[in-house]
Amino acid sequence: MAILEVKNVGKRFGGLQALNNVNLSVAENSCHAIIGPNGAGKSTLLNCLVGKLIPDTGSVMFDGQSVLGRKPYEINQMGISRVFQTPEIFGDLTVMENMMIPCFAKRDGAFELNAITSVTSQRDVVEKAEHMLEDMNLIDKRGMHAASMSRGDKRRLEIAMCLAQDPRLLLLDEPTAGMARADTNNTIDLLKRIKDERDITIAIIEHDMHVVFSLAERITVLAQGTPLVEDTPEKIKGHPKVREAYLGESQDAA
Amino acid sequence: MFGTAKRDTALLIIVAILTLFAPFLLNPFPAGSAMAQFNAGYPDLMQRFVIFGIFAIGFNILFGLTGYLSFGHAAFLGVGSYAVVWMYKLLDYNIIWGLPLAIVISGVFALMIGFISLRRSGIYFSILTLAFAQMMFAISYSDLLGRFFGTTITNGETGLQVYRSDPQVLIDSWESVPHLLGLVEMRSTYTMRLGDWSFDFNAGYYFCAVIMLLTFYLAIRIFRSPFGMMLRAVKSNQQRMNYTGLNTRPYALAAFVISGMYAGLAGGLMAAMDPLAGAERMQWTASGEVVLMTILGGAGTLIGPVLGAGFIKYFENIFSKINDNVLHSWFAFLPDGIEDFMVVIVHPFVGKGWHLTLGLMFMLVVIFLPGGLVEGGQRIARLFRRKNARNDAPDGSKTPAE
Repeated sequence: MAILEVKNVGKRFGGLQALNNVNLSVAENSCHAIIGPNGAGKSTLLNCLVGKLIPDTGSVMFDGQSVLGRKPYEINQMGISRVFQTPEIFGDLTVMENMMIPCFAKRDGAFELNAITSVTSQRDVVEKAEHMLEDMNLIDKRGMHAASMSRGDKRRLEIAMCLAQDPRLLLLDEPTAGMARADTNNTIDLLKRIKDERDITIAIIEHDMHVVFSLAERITVLAQGTPLVEDTPEKIKGHPKVREAYLGESQDAA
Repeated sequence: MFGTAKRDTALLIIVAILTLFAPFLLNPFPAGSAMAQFNAGYPDLMQRFVIFGIFAIGFNILFGLTGYLSFGHAAFLGVGSYAVVWMYKLLDYNIIWGLPLAIVISGVFALMIGFISLRRSGIYFSILTLAFAQMMFAISYSDLLGRFFGTTITNGETGLQVYRSDPQVLIDSWESVPHLLGLVEMRSTYTMRLGDWSFDFNAGYYFCAVIMLLTFYLAIRIFRSPFGMMLRAVKSNQQRMNYTGLNTRPYALAAFVISGMYAGLAGGLMAAMDPLAGAERMQWTASGEVVLMTILGGAGTLIGPVLGAGFIKYFENIFSKINDNVLHSWFAFLPDGIEDFMVVIVHPFVGKGWHLTLGLMFMLVVIFLPGGLVEGGQRIARLFRRKNARNDAPDGSKTPAE
């Protein structure tokens, strides 16, 4: 069963047709990758899913409900979490505080005027946050300012923050962009583990073919705003259209 | 204790002791001595210390936590003052009627202004709040609304005050000045003389001081609460907040309303000390002053805004009183020519030039101590601790940073 259903989505920026009649169906508890050359419309598509952009045409259904016209925080509360290309965390706050915020968001919703009780007295949130940090191997850094962490740690924290909300769909926007090989492999292992341990659907946008072929069960290839092919990784690898549109153009990415 | 962490409780107790003993601490020099110039322990100024402390504590909840820089908070100060004076005019001189009203009305105004201004962020938010405050100043200064309705609301440039013809339905024959429940008049002062020293204990000051301690305690609770953490998250990364299922707008608006209510309370207390309310209280300079106080003391810290308020009020009232005669008496020990020279050098920085001294101090703090006076204190404390650590542990094991 498809948890995310994108139908005939189109988006135009001035004279540029960024997305043209995109159809995409992501099956529940699968890992679906969206690949394509630069400017193919991958990020535009992702922004249409999370409420940052509203498509001109078509529909986006998540678990049978339309996400169109909803604000990013409402879509998040429906169960879609997003990991950004450059880790978006609360840099001025400590790692522990970073971890507690999504726990509060999960427990209390989009707004709660909880202004008198102290943070440390919220045992359930503190325990959950500590558990998540332990799970992600970040517990030693709990008192650190999040901004002073390494890029790999920031990425892990961001993923942990998304997972703390128990999302049903996790969107990853080039999660290994700008990472060293070792960090990339760690991230792949982490995502594999998440996939095994949780009932979660992962949709990933990625340039790095190594990442895509180690994780994805299905791949959609996007070129010039239109899906070219959708198939299993094995078939995608040998597909002539894909080679022409993507791999042929950027040999180094293969 | 009080449901706060140990360090916060300690801070609260220190502040409580300092405010309770302020009449002693602020009058360290014998009356009549050359240094008596620097005594700040007279009722009027002490009241201003704590009232502006409340104003700055509230402002810090908005600016220090969320990073939204309002340039129009004096508008709420004015609203609070008008509310209290209106209660004098309608009911009687008991301040217990006016103060809650001041908080409520300024909260309503803050809700309206914040709702519109918070549609923008950064400099545009600041400009919007400034525009609203200046509009409110202009309306109060000309009593535009009052003229529209054919009555008095702010009494224009004269300022709102109590007249004999006012209804004052609850008034008793003995009432002529603001008082608390008929127990004590705000202006009543007990002067204690110890040798050459004299100390003033003023009822109004202690009333304001108790309220400041309560608001300070509330601010500590807010800072340490999940709500306070969300406000810091607003300042840090709104994008991440939105994608974590949190609606940033009501958080910022709640902070704006709370700080507006603090400002309203401060304005109300001004009118509770002195039964007058003028439009000049709403002017943009007053809004700017609280920004200076907060930054000077340390935005986002608990005690910083109170320190900043104290510093600025001290400069405003003490440095501005030093004239050339005083300077001559200080430098009298020098030979005549050098004495005159010194007076010429120092002259621009005191008296009417106190703004210059304050400006220089502000520049130094912003450049060298971006965290304000609080950061200065922390650096000094760290310096001492490092020295001690070196003495105790020659292997150089370092003390954990805060």
